[in-house]
Amino acid sequence: MFRLLLPLAVALCLGLPGFAQTLPEILSLERAKIEKPSRQTIGPVIDAITATGDPAAAALLRAWGDRHLGLRKSDGAFFVIAPEGAGWALTAPDGTSAGLAAKADVTELKPNAGVRELIAAALVQFTLSDPDPANRARALDAIAKSPAASQLEPLRAAIAGETDPALKTRKERLDTFLTLQFDPDSAARIAAIQRLEGDTALDARGALNPLLLTTRHAATALPSDENIAAILPADLPGAYDLLVTAGLAPARLTPKDQKDALAAHLRDGAVAGVPLADLATQSGRDKAYEALEQSGAVPPAATDAEVAAALKSHVFYDAYREKDKGVTDAARAALASIDTKVGLMTATDLGLDALSLASIYFLAAIGLAITFGVMRVINMAHGEFIMMGAYTGYVVQQLIPNYTISIVVALPLAFAVTFAAGVAMERLVIRHLYKRPLETLLATFGISIALQQIAKNIFGTQARPLTAPAWLDGQLAFNDIIAISYIRIAIFVLALAFLAFFLWLMKRTRLGLEVRAVTQNPTMAASMGIDPDRINMLTFGLGSGIAGIAGVAIGLFAKVTSELGSDYIVQSFMTVVVGGVGNIWGALAGAAMIGGFQKGIEWLNPANTLAAQTYMILFIILFIQFRPRGIIALKGRAAGD
Amino acid sequence: MSRSFIARNPSILWFLASLAVFTLVITVLSEGFGIGLIPTAFVKTLGKTLCLCLVAVAMDLIWGYTGILSLGHMAFFAVGGYMTGMWLMYARTEEIVVQALASGPIPATPEEVAQGVTTQIFGVVGGSDLPAIWSFAHSAWLQLPLVLIVPGLLALVFGWLAFRARVNGVYLSILTQAMTLALALYLFQNDSGLRGNNGLSGLQNLPGLGHVSQATTSILFFLASAMLLALGYVLAAFVISGKFGSALRGIRDDEQRLRFLGYPVEGYKLFIFTLTAMIAAIAGAFYYPQAGIINPAELAPIASIYLAVWVAIGGRGRLYGAVIGAAFVSLLSSWFTGGMAPSIPLGFYTIHWVDWWTVLLGLSFVAVTLFAPKGIGGLFDRLAHIATPARHGAALGPNDGALQEKEAQE
Repeated sequence: MFRLLLPLAVALCLGLPGFAQTLPEILSLERAKIEKPSRQTIGPVIDAITATGDPAAAALLRAWGDRHLGLRKSDGAFFVIAPEGAGWALTAPDGTSAGLAAKADVTELKPNAGVRELIAAALVQFTLSDPDPANRARALDAIAKSPAASQLEPLRAAIAGETDPALKTRKERLDTFLTLQFDPDSAARIAAIQRLEGDTALDARGALNPLLLTTRHAATALPSDENIAAILPADLPGAYDLLVTAGLAPARLTPKDQKDALAAHLRDGAVAGVPLADLATQSGRDKAYEALEQSGAVPPAATDAEVAAALKSHVFYDAYREKDKGVTDAARAALASIDTKVGLMTATDLGLDALSLASIYFLAAIGLAITFGVMRVINMAHGEFIMMGAYTGYVVQQLIPNYTISIVVALPLAFAVTFAAGVAMERLVIRHLYKRPLETLLATFGISIALQQIAKNIFGTQARPLTAPAWLDGQLAFNDIIAISYIRIAIFVLALAFLAFFLWLMKRTRLGLEVRAVTQNPTMAASMGIDPDRINMLTFGLGSGIAGIAGVAIGLFAKVTSELGSDYIVQSFMTVVVGGVGNIWGALAGAAMIGGFQKGIEWLNPANTLAAQTYMILFIILFIQFRPRGIIALKGRAAGD
Repeated sequence: MSRSFIARNPSILWFLASLAVFTLVITVLSEGFGIGLIPTAFVKTLGKTLCLCLVAVAMDLIWGYTGILSLGHMAFFAVGGYMTGMWLMYARTEEIVVQALASGPIPATPEEVAQGVTTQIFGVVGGSDLPAIWSFAHSAWLQLPLVLIVPGLLALVFGWLAFRARVNGVYLSILTQAMTLALALYLFQNDSGLRGNNGLSGLQNLPGLGHVSQATTSILFFLASAMLLALGYVLAAFVISGKFGSALRGIRDDEQRLRFLGYPVEGYKLFIFTLTAMIAAIAGAFYYPQAGIINPAELAPIASIYLAVWVAIGGRGRLYGAVIGAAFVSLLSSWFTGGMAPSIPLGFYTIHWVDWWTVLLGLSFVAVTLFAPKGIGGLFDRLAHIATPARHGAALGPNDGALQEKEAQE
């Protein structure tokens, strides 16, 4: 008896997965299942292989998952196979080479996607304690990408043995995310959720949000087994459709169904006695349909009264997918605390955005603040000077391949080119029109369209790239929310530098003194030995030159086209007008206000930047009502007219 | 003082006579009513040009006579076009929808027709409800008055805000330009209710006149535009004659002095701003059915500046100058950009006028501003032996921009 039972017991023990077995034993025992695996049956086998803790098991599973596992037909042994000439090079799971084999001698194992998924999940445990940190990091990435309940245990097991502190932190964090989602113990989940309170990282919010997903239901009475998020009023849109979907009420008759039903019962130019001509109104159609209903030809449709009654007698509610009320409460509290913090940080980020937009406007407007603000010459071609600067940068980059050097060369060159253009324009055109500002506007506009078209003829209509050097790529990120790109920081610094330069030039140099003198009273300045012609020429050239440098800066983040300048010209004039003419601080205030305001509107209505610009211009028109001379207005004689 | 309005303004008769002759010649040569020497497309171009002449007259009133360089009148022009466009598009779509629904077994209800029209018009921007601004579009009697009312109100409110705040000179120009830009950006949005940058199309088909050929429609529109230009011209001539016109010129030459003399300068300016906006809107209402399509690009600030260019080249401060400038420049422009002008080979480079016309226009504009402030109209002074009195030295007024033209003679 005992002799009979013993082999049976051994067979039973060996057949039970999870029992401490060695890898070769399992492989020989479960060969058939491994060879033709199915998602339903292979789970215990994979678990058994994993449970051996044998390093060879990891290699075997990895090869299996990658479809590199083969079965030698002669003895039924498993090998990792790699193509070698016409056959396979065989390697045993423990790493020893087993020579070559012909293709016909080896069965390639090709598990399907479902099985491979199970294998991958099992492999996570091995990779989590892989000696190579890069592999461990990869395993963590894989878990973060597609978290599953089965990963929780292996992950926890792998935390204690982790030596790399950064990876350990990541593992602990992942453990929190997995725990709050999959742990069977609700206290542990709540504790995990509470650990995330005030954590603004994107992944924390991403882990918490799924807990609060809801589905919308309709029922005759509130069920007690649901975790209810909110009870909804019966007049919510789509409430009746919910009832119809839940099978609690008959479908409503859509106008199209009604029309089709009427068309189907059209007999001799009338439907149920209602003549065709009467069907051209909704009431006529309703009458015909009711007649059909009474004759039983069509199914009864819900009338308005029935709809109202049905809505009244049912409840509508949103239920959390998560059934545990404690968990959803904790998640809501945690998200609320996160939201407050995120709101503050978004505001900071928005402030940075506004600052950078303001510095762009300031850069575009500072040249104008000189020509329009100081000289009172309205230069519609200012935008085209910005464009010329940007194209100068583009041409320099074609000649000098190194981006850093080419930018360093382009900045002074752009200044030189636009300075020359500005001086030429002042000498040839504007000089003759100082007494006629409206005509200056028109003449410079003529120059503007001519320059724009010339640029189009030379460079074509497609956008030209002006590439920033590599060290300006990327962004300075404080956390997941607050970030600012280095180019924008550079533009901010450039704007500050120009402000300082302008102040120094106007307040500390001989040229600045003479410019101010000529602006205030040309005749008096001339009698003091200043040449107003020369000063006007230089001032105009200076304003134009700064526009050229601004063009290089703007070209770094915007596409360089012939319309680059006209995109900025109205905003630039607005900046100067809103800020107050004739004062650099005014231009600064104007740029700050317009930039901040535009970002503010974009924040309120993020999908629509066009609307933001529209409202900004409307705001400016209204603003001028209250401060017609701008934020910083000159007073007294300096104000001129 | 006792002489009649016409006798004091002989140029009106000359203008009306030339316009009548021109209209007659074109009608006789056209395909619709005459011997078919002029293709329909060119009749449409001429009709559109007449509308542009009318808006140029309005521009001359506000800029040449009152000295307000408005860069927003093409916006009023386009808004006028949008207002007629809404009715034309709705009525035309309704015809199509009714026709399509008539093939079904059950006659369509008004609700179905309206829904069908809405889907046809707004499907392209993903809308399924008719926006509120289209409430009147189904009826010509309700919608067409909006051609005057909407731009008029817009001009009234904007002008009141701007003039009340004493925004003058180049500031006003920039502000009107900003208004135009704001309007254009607003219309570019898909949810503005005017089909975003798709604009309104199919406007050349008049509702109820589907059986009339485009050749006939075009000549009808041409005649209507000519009639309108004649009316607009006489109205403008009437406005600038007499005391009111003198006050306008006074504002141009020295606004401050006129204010101190007790004239309500803001009122005058507001009146002329609104009036010219309405004239521009009517011109637009007749222009766009001939163009067939309108989209927000028509409101681009540059269009209004081109308007100023026409008036400046034609000659400011004289109504016929504005008409000549608009006709001359816009026809020349379509000739050059239409690829009809012969290219000039320079050996090393060939000048294709499609590419270089804008450059030529821009530079000749600078030249006109610098050397011939009177524009083409100045040639007529030469013919009539009218010379500007030599007033070298002091300008008429102390203000920058005080012109020294032939007002002394009028």
